[in-house]
Parts: sequence; C-alpha cells; structure tokens
Amino acid sequence: MSVHAHQPHGHAALGGRILTLPFLVCSALVVLAGYLLVQRYVYGLAAVSNLSDGYPWGIWVAVDVVIGSAFGCAGYVMALLCYILNKGEYHPMVRPAVLASLFGYGLAGLAVLVDLGRYWNFYHMMLPWYAQPNSVMLEVGLCVATYTIVLIVEFAPAFLERFGIEGLRRKLNKVLWVFIALGVLLPTMHQSSLGTMMVIVGHKLSPLWQTQLLPVFFLLTAVLMGFAIVAWESVMASLNFKREMETPVLRKMAGLMLVVASVFVALRFVDLLWRGQLGTAFGGPSSGWFWVETVLMVGGLVLLIPKANRSRSRTLFISASMLLVAGILYRLNVYLIGFTPSVGPWHYFPSVKEIMVTVGIFALEVALYLVFVKKLPVMHAEHPVGVPHAADAKHG
Amino acid sequence: MPRERTQVSRRGFLRNAVKGSAAAAATACAAVAAPPEANAFQRPPKPLPSDAVGLLYDSTLCIGCKACVTACKEVNNMPPDIGPEQQAWNGVPGNPTWDSPVELSAKTLNVIKAYSHGTGEKKDSAENGHAFIKRQCLHCVDPSCVSVCPVSAMTKDAATGIVSHNPDACIGCRYCVLSCPFGVPKYDYNDAFGEIKKCQLCKQRLAKDELPGCADVCPTGATLFGRTEDLRKEAKRRTALKPGEVTHFPRGDINGKVGGARSGHDATVQVAYQPHIYGETELGGTQCLAVSAVPFDKLNLPTNVPDNGYPTLSEGIQHTLYAGMVGPAVVFAGLAYLAHRNTKDHTDE
Repeated sequence: MSVHAHQPHGHAALGGRILTLPFLVCSALVVLAGYLLVQRYVYGLAAVSNLSDGYPWGIWVAVDVVIGSAFGCAGYVMALLCYILNKGEYHPMVRPAVLASLFGYGLAGLAVLVDLGRYWNFYHMMLPWYAQPNSVMLEVGLCVATYTIVLIVEFAPAFLERFGIEGLRRKLNKVLWVFIALGVLLPTMHQSSLGTMMVIVGHKLSPLWQTQLLPVFFLLTAVLMGFAIVAWESVMASLNFKREMETPVLRKMAGLMLVVASVFVALRFVDLLWRGQLGTAFGGPSSGWFWVETVLMVGGLVLLIPKANRSRSRTLFISASMLLVAGILYRLNVYLIGFTPSVGPWHYFPSVKEIMVTVGIFALEVALYLVFVKKLPVMHAEHPVGVPHAADAKHG
Repeated sequence: MPRERTQVSRRGFLRNAVKGSAAAAATACAAVAAPPEANAFQRPPKPLPSDAVGLLYDSTLCIGCKACVTACKEVNNMPPDIGPEQQAWNGVPGNPTWDSPVELSAKTLNVIKAYSHGTGEKKDSAENGHAFIKRQCLHCVDPSCVSVCPVSAMTKDAATGIVSHNPDACIGCRYCVLSCPFGVPKYDYNDAFGEIKKCQLCKQRLAKDELPGCADVCPTGATLFGRTEDLRKEAKRRTALKPGEVTHFPRGDINGKVGGARSGHDATVQVAYQPHIYGETELGGTQCLAVSAVPFDKLNLPTNVPDNGYPTLSEGIQHTLYAGMVGPAVVFAGLAYLAHRNTKDHTDE
C-alpha cells in the first residue's frame, strides 16, 4: 500500500490518496474560516467575535493558544521520554508526535495573529528595545516562537529523508541533541508560564483556580495532555490507517498518565485545603465546572488503575479522551469560565463566526497532518527494516 | 564490563536526578503555596513616585453634572459614545450628536456613574438614596497593566507616576485590559485598527501648566487635582469630619498652582464620610483617590482586593524562576548532556 519504499531509517510515508473525504471537509472549513477572517481584518474584532472589554480574551486565546499548544505537547513528552529518560522503545512515536506539535504550535501562532488587535506591530515582541522583562507574556511569546523553530529542526530529518538529502541529514543528526534539549526545556518554560500569566488577574479568577501553583498545574496538564494526545492519536491512526497498535509502549505510557493525573488531582485538593478554599468547591460560584473537570480527571485515571486496562485499546482510548477533556476543561476554567471581569456586568459566549474561525484553524491542522503522514516518512515502518532497533537491543 | 557499568551508573544518575527534582519540586510547591506573609516569591511593593500627582474625588461634593465627562472628551479629542439602545438625537439616523456614555470605553476615558437605592431621594445615603462615582484610570502605584505589557507600550512615569500608553508600540494583545483590577484600559473592537484607550491624567495639559480637563471644569471641587501626598492628607482630613461641621473645600489644584488659584467654597458636612479612603491601600495604593459617604462596594468599585499589587506576586514568581536565567541554563545543561548521550545510542538504528 505504501507508495514509497521503506526508508532506511525505520519511518515510511503512508501513501494513499490525498483527496479523501476528511481532507475535503477540513479544507471546506478552512475556506470558511478564511472568509470570516477577511471580515475580521476589514471591520475589526467585533465583526466576527463577541470579545469585549470585560472579556478581552475569548476562545481564540483560551482554546486556540492555551489549549491548542497543550495538544502540541505530544512532541515535548515523547522527546522527554525517548531522548532524556532514554526510553528507546518510544522511538516510533516521536516523529508523529513532533509533527503534531509542529502544527499545534504553528497554528497557535496563527491564532495569535488573528487575535492581536494591532497585529502589524507583532514583531515588536522580538525587538530588544521594546522588551519589558516583567511581562510573563513576553517570556511565553519568545519561548513559543523559539520552540516553533526547534520543532521545525526536529522534524527536518523527515523532509531530508524524503528528498534524499543524506549529507545534510547526517550533519543535522550530529547536532540534533542541542535541539532535543531545547525541545524539552522550552515547553517546560512556556507551558508553566501560561499558568503564571493568570496569577496577575488576582480576584477576577475564582479562588477554585487562582493559586500561585498555576504554573505547576499548567505544566502537569501540558505533560498529561501530551501523553493523552499521543495515546489518542495512536488509537485513531491504527483505526483509520489500519495499522497495528503500539500496544506495549502505550501500556507503559498509560502508567505514566496515571501518575501525572494522580499528582494533579492530589495537588489540586492539597492546594484548595491549604488556601482554605475547599468550601468554595461545594456550592461556591463555578463549583459545578470544578467538579466536571475533577470527575473527568479522576474517572480517566481510575480506568488506568487495573494494569490489564492499559493494554485494552478501547479502555485506553476512553481514558485518554477523559483525561484530555479534563485538561481542556481545566485550562478553559482558568482562562474563561472561572474568570469574572472586575467592574461588570459582562457576559461572554463565543459567536458562531468566532467558533468557526477556531474550527477552521484546527481543521487546517488536521488537513496538513493528513498530507504530511501520507507524503513524508513520519509513521514508524510496521515491519522493521533489516537492522534491529539499537534501542531495543540495548534495553532487551 | 565497562558497558554494563555505564548502564548502572546512568540508571543511578537518573534515579538521583528524579529524586533530586522531586525534592526541588516539593520545596518549590511549599514556597509557592505558602500564605502571603511568608511568601518567598513576593517581590517588595513599589514606593509612591517622588512627584506623584493624581485626583481626589469626593462623592459627597459631586452633583452629577458631568461637566468633567464633556471636558474630558473635548481636551482629549474623543468621539461621542452612543450606546446601541440609545436613540439618535434629533432623530437623524447614523448621525447622532448626543454623547451619552454609561461606562468607560475606547471612546470615553472618564465617566460619572450613579448609585441609586429605593426611592433614591436622599443624596449620599445607601438607603433610599443616591450617590455618584467618577470612573477613570486610578494611576496605580504598582500598575498591573505596565507589568503585563510585553512591548513596553504601557509605561509609568518615574517622576509623576502617570500611567500612559503608546499605541505605536502596542501589539493589541489586550493583556492590560484583562489584568487591570479596576477595569480601566479599553480597546475598540469595532475598528479594524483599534487602539487601547485610557486616562493619561491629561499629561499634555499638565506640561503646559494646565489642569486635567475634569479637575479644570468641576464646579464644586469634587474632582481636585494635586500631589498625591497632599491629596492623601486632604482625604484624611475629610474622612475625619463630623456631620454639622463647617469646612473649606478647595477647587482646581489643591495648592492653587497648576491652572492658577481658584476660589473654593465653605460648606456644612451633611453626611458622615466612610472612614476608608479608596485608593489609599488597594493593591499597593493608587495616585487617584476617592472619598464617599456610601460604601465603595455599592459604588461598584472592587473592594475585595489585597493591599499588595498583583504584580508583586506574578513578577515575584517569574523572576524567582528565571533569576539571571540561571535556572533555565542549568536545566538546559542537564538536558543537553542526557540528549547528547542518548541520541548517540539512537543514531545507528
């Protein structure tokens, strides 16, 4: 079925038709979002969004950037496991994860340009004489921009293999460790800072979420959502592309998800208790959302406690989905649902057009992913090529 | 075998690294979650600038004439603000002339709002009464909007403490709008090239030794301009007044310098002032202050706020984690060491 012969590095393009139904649906959604964006740039933000001075940040920030970049943490956690903790068995999952991250972050960047009210000045973020070192956002912005470049470099071997640029590939491989180290450091920095960004809103964020531990919780959800998206994508890919599941690896990763989710839930309650806000969880404003988030998180982790469940693809899929939604909801709660403007009353619910722009951005991500895995050696070749896996041999 | 030994020592290294980072994380968590008085991360609050200037708004003197709203529009060249529910003046569709702002916006830097309860007949009474409140930038001593701005578009003058905004630097991220504890900076969402707008204490007029528009036209001295230190003293004097006392209320500049001397007026205090001066302690203090006979929460001002500005915490956390970039550099060195060793094993696949 593969158009391209197996590449000598253990990855292969999936091949197959590009113009499939999912691809066409995604493309149509992208075109619609493009049309709406013309309105946004001609008439201003209010023409397509329900943004206001009470809610200056809506779903374009909360969903596209804050949640979208957490989806992009697949590459982060896989690089961490594979290259830093030297768990070679995760190797087959690194490249698809890095690709997903590349799109996740690239499109978060695109969403920023949609949301910025004075987008033509965006490059001021990069100019030292404009820099304002107290701004958490400056750190996030610079860090994310650098990380996107790192992801491109991390993914470059796939391009170089595809187009047979062997010399450059070897040279890049020699220095790739620098980029791998950066690829773990940078998300650790900006994912935690995404949490720190909301510390300054103070009393406007419900005490259920307002804590100095925000950076810790955001880092934990980044790691958790990174794992969950890898598990989720593996199951989806095996269903849609009729590939074998990476079951033994997924089983181990499920154990890690269980640990991270448990730490998150435990720390959440310790934090509430410490700040004397546990009562707010019972009947306080927005407490319903706190429980939806917590129940999903606990449900997802409980499913993973029996070891047998971790190798069942159905259970793993349900658990990963629950943990993913719990992470999404946690971030949405911090950035939108738990937020109350100081001098109100204000209301916010995204407009249909606003939602369609977000949908279009995610659709672009999916469409590009489909093209890339079919045309470039991203997925691990199913039948190992002659040479045994060095990492497997070492650990075996 | 040497290979074996490497394996063992690496495992040991990793085990120790994990243990070490867990301990570090636990310490960090304990430090971060500690109550504010024992907070290792909080940076010290900022002092009031040497020549800090501001406004003192006295709700009991305000008659709700909104001359200040009109003057503010005039001197700052701000367009009229017509709410969607308001009819156009003279019934000319699309060409309304009646400026009727009800809230601060990208078109309105200063607004007078009214509190009303029950029959609303008694001025400065929370029960069956009414009271006014002036809303504009309070020019915080430790402003959140300045702390969050990634491109130094929002700045606080080192001498006068006036918080102003430079649209040419601004990227329009609206983090200032989100972070302001008083809901002051506003963006124009109906403009393709919208700007952030907020009161800049008429710094262009102060440079010409003229009063801010609002203080210039206020007929009763309800809006009084002056050095923040002097205004604080005056506010303390007023909150100590008892009903029935006759006292003098100055007008314009409290020292009669900026904009020339103005005659004030003598009046009998009708209702007891609230003992608290709004802006004296809120979030590290503000250069513009308010006194009132009606509690400030009834006037829709945030009252559930700490005495330290939120930047003391967010900047504290950030600058502790990133002090001299030492932390990230050390982490990078560790990651690079491990990545270098481990990719070697992987490349010959």
